[in-house]
Amino acid sequence: MSRRYDSRTTIFSPEGRLYQVEYAMEAIGNAGSAIGILSKDGVVLVGEKKVTSKLLQTSTSTEKMYKIDDHIACAVAGIMSDANILINTARVQAQRYTFSYQEPMPVEQLVQSLCDTKQGYTQFGGLRPFGVSFLFAGWDKNYGFQLYMSDPSGNYGGWKAAAIGANNQAAQSMLKQDYKDNISREEAVQLALKVLSKTMDSTSLTCDKLELAEVFLSSSGKVKYEVCTPDALSKLLVKYGVTQPPAEA
Amino acid sequence: MECVFGMVGKGFALVVADSSAVNSILVHKSNEDKIMVLDSHKLMGASGEAGDRAQFTEYVQKNVALYQYRNGIPLTTKAAANFMRGELATALRKNPYMVNIVLAGYDKETGPSLYFIDYIATLHKVDKAAFGYGSYFALSMMDRHYHPDMTVDEAIKLADQCIEEIRSRLVVAPQNFIIKIVDKDGAREHSWRRTTKD
Repeated sequence: MSRRYDSRTTIFSPEGRLYQVEYAMEAIGNAGSAIGILSKDGVVLVGEKKVTSKLLQTSTSTEKMYKIDDHIACAVAGIMSDANILINTARVQAQRYTFSYQEPMPVEQLVQSLCDTKQGYTQFGGLRPFGVSFLFAGWDKNYGFQLYMSDPSGNYGGWKAAAIGANNQAAQSMLKQDYKDNISREEAVQLALKVLSKTMDSTSLTCDKLELAEVFLSSSGKVKYEVCTPDALSKLLVKYGVTQPPAEA
Repeated sequence: MECVFGMVGKGFALVVADSSAVNSILVHKSNEDKIMVLDSHKLMGASGEAGDRAQFTEYVQKNVALYQYRNGIPLTTKAAANFMRGELATALRKNPYMVNIVLAGYDKETGPSLYFIDYIATLHKVDKAAFGYGSYFALSMMDRHYHPDMTVDEAIKLADQCIEEIRSRLVVAPQNFIIKIVDKDGAREHSWRRTTKD
């Protein structure tokens, strides 16, 4: 029904819905999931990798996690080519701010600015919306560590724990049950891996199916964004009991 | 013969400006306030072309306010100074603003700060700054008597010494001066130094 209102992105249906935006969110619901958790000393991002092949050159590039600026990183879920455009836009916006003010861009302002861009594609221009949801993790001097989730409609919110992509509703309710305020970064990593292992479709978790990144303050007080190495990730998976240990020879 | 100068003290910053509005040989008024209050904790003393001065300072003031409305937090003094410099730099190669600015501000995390911004978009963070012919006298006076962490009384005394030099040595010296101060309690007018009533 209401098919005639589907083809144009920038008009409402009689029921007051924007079908193209909803279809974009459908597309994301089929993509690899990502989870973000805010802890008192950092933000943890975990992503499920859909493209797993021995032939993939994994050492240099990441599939789910991207650095926007020295103090902001993001995890993506959805159409990767759309995500690349938006990530580049976010990077330019962050640098433009620093060019004007010689200070790092506050995290919420970056998210807001990117969401304003996304909203434009739901209102004018006749172009389809971006099929990407983001989890932004960052630190600034105004509000410390922050986690934001944004979707194709251009809405965003600040979260203590959030999930995007496949099975995000199941992940979100699990997070709601188990999240405690003031958890440490280590506990947040554990919770994220546990929740992801339960919601992922695959039978067993190995380090090549996941990406883990953390945003935290180093001992010198600078913001650090670190992607976990596959070896360290394997050890964590064994430690938290979410994977089979390697079979003894 | 406009003159603006400023200095940083212990927990505060001071900006002094003359208050003459002159057109060739005519003095329009001698109680012109050239130190704009940019927001609750920033002062901007400006000298130069009168039209450009009003246009640019008001433009900056409104943009600083807009930032605060949009984002719920005020700009730091450093961010405001760099924003101003950027605007001057962008206009420079097309139609420059002929305005020189001494920006004083107080930030909770970093304390008082003073910025020297001239009409060709030079930006320096400084402890003492001055513009105009009066700068020859004010800077020399401050170089001799300024020391870090002065009290308000010491800084006002030094400002008065600078004003006295300008009055006695500059051939067409401005008659009245206004002094404004910014500290943790905000930006406000401190006092006037008058030789004529307007």
